[in-house]
Amino acid sequence: MSDMRIGPIARVARHIVLMAGGVVMIAPFAIMVLTSFKPQSEIMSADFHLFPEHWALIQNYSAATQKVSLLRYMLNGLIVTAAIFTLQVLTSLPAAYALAKLRFRGRDTLFGLVLLCLLVPVHATAIPIYLLLYKTGILNTYGALILPFALSVFGIFLMRQFFMTVPDDLIDAARIDGMRDFGIVWRVMLPTAVPALIAFGIFSVIAHWNDYFWPLIAVSNEHLFTPPLGVAFFRENGGGTDYGPLMAAATVTILPLVAAFLVAQRRFIEGITFSGMKG
Amino acid sequence: MTAIDTPYRSWRQSAIALSLAGPALVLMAIFMIGPLVCVVLLSLTNYQLGASTLSLIGLGNYIELAQDPTFQRSLQNTLIYAAIVVPGSVLLGLGAALLIEADSSLRSFYRAVYFLPVMATLIAMAIVWEFMLHPQFGVVNLTLKAIGMRPHDWLHDGSLALFSLCGIGVWQSLGFNMVLFMAGLTSIPPDLYEAAAVDGARSSLDRFRLVTWPMLGPVSLFVIVITAIRSFQVFDTVAVLTKGEPNKSTEVLLFTMYSEAFSFFRTGYGAAVTVVFLLIVMAFAALKTFFLDRRVHYS
Repeated sequence: MSDMRIGPIARVARHIVLMAGGVVMIAPFAIMVLTSFKPQSEIMSADFHLFPEHWALIQNYSAATQKVSLLRYMLNGLIVTAAIFTLQVLTSLPAAYALAKLRFRGRDTLFGLVLLCLLVPVHATAIPIYLLLYKTGILNTYGALILPFALSVFGIFLMRQFFMTVPDDLIDAARIDGMRDFGIVWRVMLPTAVPALIAFGIFSVIAHWNDYFWPLIAVSNEHLFTPPLGVAFFRENGGGTDYGPLMAAATVTILPLVAAFLVAQRRFIEGITFSGMKG
Repeated sequence: MTAIDTPYRSWRQSAIALSLAGPALVLMAIFMIGPLVCVVLLSLTNYQLGASTLSLIGLGNYIELAQDPTFQRSLQNTLIYAAIVVPGSVLLGLGAALLIEADSSLRSFYRAVYFLPVMATLIAMAIVWEFMLHPQFGVVNLTLKAIGMRPHDWLHDGSLALFSLCGIGVWQSLGFNMVLFMAGLTSIPPDLYEAAAVDGARSSLDRFRLVTWPMLGPVSLFVIVITAIRSFQVFDTVAVLTKGEPNKSTEVLLFTMYSEAFSFFRTGYGAAVTVVFLLIVMAFAALKTFFLDRRVHYS
């Protein structure tokens, strides 16, 4: 929608409404960060000041990293999201290429299966996957956090749609150069697919960094906790009323994604809009 | 290269395709199709986690579900949650999108502000909300007192807790709907507005009624359906803030499933809850895939 000609009154009204709404949207973030700077006495006071009068930044953040292994949780989050995305690319791209560019018996059935799996929410398969990991002894390992997401049917679907738009001439030329299909996937298709891959990567990393449901089921060993499990654990175990350090832990948990979002706003919104199709 | 399908060529293509799609196919069988079949089968048994035997009890679990007050409460609460969060976050998301796109001033600033909750880890933000809703020191009650209104115990009062969670749900998801509506707005051809202006549409209201709304209709249906699907999946805020309490007033489907299967180890019963959850979500998801996706076009 191009800029509509709106009058000066409408223009001011727009700002008033959006600012008022914006205050509500941003309030939890502001309260979280500012509380993480305040000493406990000031937090537990009925005399509310938005900004800290005495600063307890260092105490709160060091308490958050000492009372629980906050940095360990962050590292786990990084390991798990990076491993999941890498595996998803390795498994989804060749399948997407086959579906988009090769003619073979059973292709329609395979694509039908992909569409069917797209409808299934992750929660629905949790009980059998838990039993499987329990029987195979993988429960309570990094594998338990990573393997169930090694394939993304959404990734296959998205990349297939993208590969359909890549001209066949490109693939034929690579074949004439003597390239095999495996090489074509990684050396011809992958470079053309970078924008779609970034959108998918943003979607995947956000989903798995923020996921609470599956890690809660899959691991009980504190050393394997991801950031959401860790911050909930901190709240349940002594941190529940220790608001300064608790808000510090919450701030640290959301910081990587929020910082990345603020740097690359447009890409993030595109990535999410793109993947909004999955729901 | 001509694409003539000789038997050899097609056999070779199939072999290559199978090797490329093989890993995906195996993972799909292990982590999606297999578990899906298993969860349905498990729901027909009395299996308990760790037990060495199990027996088929037919629809026994489903009959028990139909008579279980906790489950009925859970289903009812989930529907109430969706009935509030869907219109709340769709209408506010639409409103935000229309207002932000109506003028260029501070556009990307507002978009970032409204979108921020979508990105931020919900568990962390739920804990922040809990602090803001604290009966004595929470900023919500302090504000209410300051303007002379009665404070509440938002998360521990049985008549309020579910609605407080709905509020958090709307806050978290409206930015997501906003960007979907923005994508829909951007795809409306500008000449439609010019044509409407030629035909005498003068006010913004006219433009909205004659062009924006009809063009946005399919996108709206799509947004409503995916918001409904996401609302039925509410879990994080319940699991960390209320655990279904007080008096089951915030018990929701996924939390019931989680408690039955992983706290009480009644795996078969938990599987039956999963199947009910799955049927509801799949019905909406199928509606989206087979009906709506064909009518919505993103540029």
